[in-house]
Amino acid sequence: MRRKAYYVRKIKRATHLLFYRHHRKPGVMGWELGRRLGSDYPKVIGILDGYLEKLDLQVKTVFEGEKTVEKPTAQQLDKARFYITLRGGLTPKETKMMGWRIDDIAGLATAISCIISKKGKAPREEVEDLLRKKLPGWRVDTNMNRYIQSGYLAEDENKQLYLDWRTRAEIDQKALVDLLLGTESWKA
Amino acid sequence: MSSKRHRKKLGSERLQRVIDLCKSIEERSLDPFIVDVDDILMVVREYFPEWELPEELCLDAEAIHKLASVIKLQSDWVKHQSTSLYTDPFLLEEKIRRLSKEELANLFLEVWHPIVELEQISSHSLAEAIKYWQSLLPISERWLKTSSLETETGATTREELIKQRILAEKAFSEELEMFWEELKQKVGDAGKIRYWDFVGADMYSETIKRAYMTSFLVTYGYATLEVHRLEEEIFIKPFEKPASMIGKKQLISIPVSVSVEEWMKWKRGEQD
Repeated sequence: MRRKAYYVRKIKRATHLLFYRHHRKPGVMGWELGRRLGSDYPKVIGILDGYLEKLDLQVKTVFEGEKTVEKPTAQQLDKARFYITLRGGLTPKETKMMGWRIDDIAGLATAISCIISKKGKAPREEVEDLLRKKLPGWRVDTNMNRYIQSGYLAEDENKQLYLDWRTRAEIDQKALVDLLLGTESWKA
Repeated sequence: MSSKRHRKKLGSERLQRVIDLCKSIEERSLDPFIVDVDDILMVVREYFPEWELPEELCLDAEAIHKLASVIKLQSDWVKHQSTSLYTDPFLLEEKIRRLSKEELANLFLEVWHPIVELEQISSHSLAEAIKYWQSLLPISERWLKTSSLETETGATTREELIKQRILAEKAFSEELEMFWEELKQKVGDAGKIRYWDFVGADMYSETIKRAYMTSFLVTYGYATLEVHRLEEEIFIKPFEKPASMIGKKQLISIPVSVSVEEWMKWKRGEQD
């Protein structure tokens, strides 16, 4: 009984830490969870993840260096960042409530997949050219800046675009590429 | 003798061309396989016996260094092709081109799992806000013009200007140099120091002053900032000699919040 109460208390604390934003960026580092929840924080997070499943939410772990780790070590977990994300997908209607137009989403999908296909780095000009095929010219620059500001893309001093932290946290990159390549919508 | 000079000139031009080619591949994400490594190595080997002066040897070393970067890009390319994420960019571009906006968006929604986050206001900050609001004068009163007092003109002294903080006691550059020395001392052998450990002081006003001076240290090339984005940590690294970045590199601004809350947090020892 005492053990159960212990974990209930820890899960509550983990919920507060993960749902409310504490830093400039959302999410909590593993070592931070360790400090607040104790060394058994991976277990606490696992239990919380089980609870969240019923609500179509999940605890997403993003490891350092974009690696997918099957059996992470304590050190890898400490350096990882934990987020609460939606477990399933969204419907087009729901995206409107989040302030995203269909154009914005199509543009983001295009930009991200273009960067993935170019080994995670592509010149901004090239991505913008591709976006111009989907969006009106005047929207391209605005949208691109929005993707950068929201943390989906990053740009360096040579005007090269990269995938940023939000893409790593929110998007299943492999599934995106597989879905794109698997489409049969040839309208030529 | 002149033929040797001519050969040297030709060699350095060829090496410069190699460096430029490698640079453009690195910076513009071009296909690294357009570089024929064997060919370039032959050029480097051919002219190597000619080099005598340090500048010539530096050029040779730079060419090798740039070539090594391109070989790394080639290796990364091969590694990427062998991963599950590899896809032919042209094929993918063609697919994107042929899909409608709606199809693209629907497809993206299947793989998009947005972060759930809440920005909250605590009862403490709410109480602070109410206190501020209650003490705020009505706008009509705040905009009242204050009648200016007539005063006679007279002469002032340097001491008075220093007292009124119009003039500084020391020249700014002198103060900056002293601040730089202090940074170097505090850093010691570690080479860097946490931003807050250097900027933080007992008084908040002093902390602000130190943050202000630190921004000049970085802008004028006396030090640099090392930002660890994931850990949300910032370190200051002093340079041995001031390095002028203006005109050489595109400068970027790094906003650092030095609010009372951050300062209190640091004082309590909670800064990570």
